[in-house]
Amino acid sequence: MEAILEFFAQYPITIYMFVLAIFLGFELISKVPTVLHTPLMSGANAISGVVIIGAITLIRNTPSDDYVSLGLGFIGIVLGTINVVGGHAVTNRMLEMFKKK
Amino acid sequence: MLAIVNASYLSAVVLLIVGLRRLSSPKTARSGNLIAAVGMGFAILVSMFSPTATGDNNYIVIFIALAVGAAIGLVFASRVAMTAMPELVSLFNGLGGACAVAIATIELLEFNKLPVESVETGKYLTTLSALFIGAVAFTGSLIAYGKLAGKVKDKWKVPASTIVNIVLLFVILGLVGYQTVNPGGGLMLVYVILGISLIYGITFVLNIGGADMPVVISLLNALTGVAAALAGIIYGNQVMLVGGILVGSSGTILTVLMCQAMNRSLMNVLIGGFGSSGGGSAVAVDQSVKQTNANDAGIMLRYSSQVVVIPGYGMAVAQAQKTCKELELLLEECGVAVKYAIHPVAGRMPGHMNVLLAEADVDYTKLLDLEDANKTLGETDVAVVVGANDVVNPSALDDPGSPIYGMPILEILKAKNIIVLKRGMSAGYSGIENPLFFHDKTQMLFGDAKSSLQSLADEVKMLA
Repeated sequence: MEAILEFFAQYPITIYMFVLAIFLGFELISKVPTVLHTPLMSGANAISGVVIIGAITLIRNTPSDDYVSLGLGFIGIVLGTINVVGGHAVTNRMLEMFKKK
Repeated sequence: MLAIVNASYLSAVVLLIVGLRRLSSPKTARSGNLIAAVGMGFAILVSMFSPTATGDNNYIVIFIALAVGAAIGLVFASRVAMTAMPELVSLFNGLGGACAVAIATIELLEFNKLPVESVETGKYLTTLSALFIGAVAFTGSLIAYGKLAGKVKDKWKVPASTIVNIVLLFVILGLVGYQTVNPGGGLMLVYVILGISLIYGITFVLNIGGADMPVVISLLNALTGVAAALAGIIYGNQVMLVGGILVGSSGTILTVLMCQAMNRSLMNVLIGGFGSSGGGSAVAVDQSVKQTNANDAGIMLRYSSQVVVIPGYGMAVAQAQKTCKELELLLEECGVAVKYAIHPVAGRMPGHMNVLLAEADVDYTKLLDLEDANKTLGETDVAVVVGANDVVNPSALDDPGSPIYGMPILEILKAKNIIVLKRGMSAGYSGIENPLFFHDKTQMLFGDAKSSLQSLADEVKMLA
């Protein structure tokens, strides 16, 4: 409990950002036509791939003889990149169909 | 230098937000996706070249990993059939979850090397939570993928799943709490938490009916976002934090919207009311169906003035959307008005049918949503059901014993005649009997949706 209070005391801006971003997400999406549910889900899914930034940062800070971390990080980047690149590409393919009319 | 990095991250965040905003309106959606992709690429670039205090950079490893991942992602995205889109999204989402698990594991290994006093409890708890949520999103998405791809059968169930899931959840939370308070206790417990979280992802999704997978995928997508945001807290990275939370909250809203479209609560979906509570009131076994042939059906279509097509997953499976468009053109040449009635949850994902019909160049002013469709059906001569089932099941209106009672449906019985294109007499995806098929107004045209539509088009062409 103390630790949580300490966290609150130490990172107020982070916590503000966390909460404000929640409201922003609600506002951004609250009025979406059904047509766009699938592409939107797919696009949001691609955005959730931002987690690879963590994997990249991590690998850069790893000593090059720490093979366990490098191996895991490598897998992390590959999987995250599939999510990001594949996600945006597939969303684009869906949306292309709406456009050509 | 740090100022440049921070400014660059800020612009990446703005690009992500603008992208998501534009994604939610039909006119701007495509550019929105591109803007978000640019923002993402920019953030990745900055994260590669921002100065770090320590470390060997290991650029070779990073570049190879990025290249491999991008190649695999592009191949998947360009090869997949439009029908398989939902399961691909689920698969991608699982991989994002796995990525979060990988980095949380590495961080926990690093924490383990530190002296206990210097472990920041808040960050440790955040890392454990990212591990837990990422793992649930990972295995949960794989199960959802398997269900949609037909590789995981709906009948594989966890007994007493509600109790099992609650117990697992509390065990995980308890262990996370214990490990946070005693981070010096070694890694054993971390692996146990990871293991149980992976299992929980499976048991959480396994008992939910296949028809509800879109809702589940949306929810798991939100979870991956939360895992990414937690990882963002670990690294003090604002792009990850804001991007992750945006996905978390927008995914939650989307989940709720989908549940509303089915007139059910999220709890009801998760506990698995659909298809697991038996088949509703019994339908008399000896009811017979009326069968028709392409010739008669073609004549009926040709000489009507208003036709409404109701597409469902069967159309997607048969890849029949282009043939459907062909029939539409032929009928319109004969002066028959053709409209499409799109139920919000037709297909395997909301909007699934819209995407398919758009692929076949169907003008989207011809697509009617539920409300307009139900008005139009009253003036419709022939309603053609192409591989849809549960969304036209009249039990939802008049049979309180049916599991889908109360779900808004396309009120197809308002139409004067009904032709149902169907492969056989099997029940729908939810496993519920559909009295529509036995109704007086209904005529069945058995066969693969694409070849049935083709023969209808041929008949109409001859009559033109």
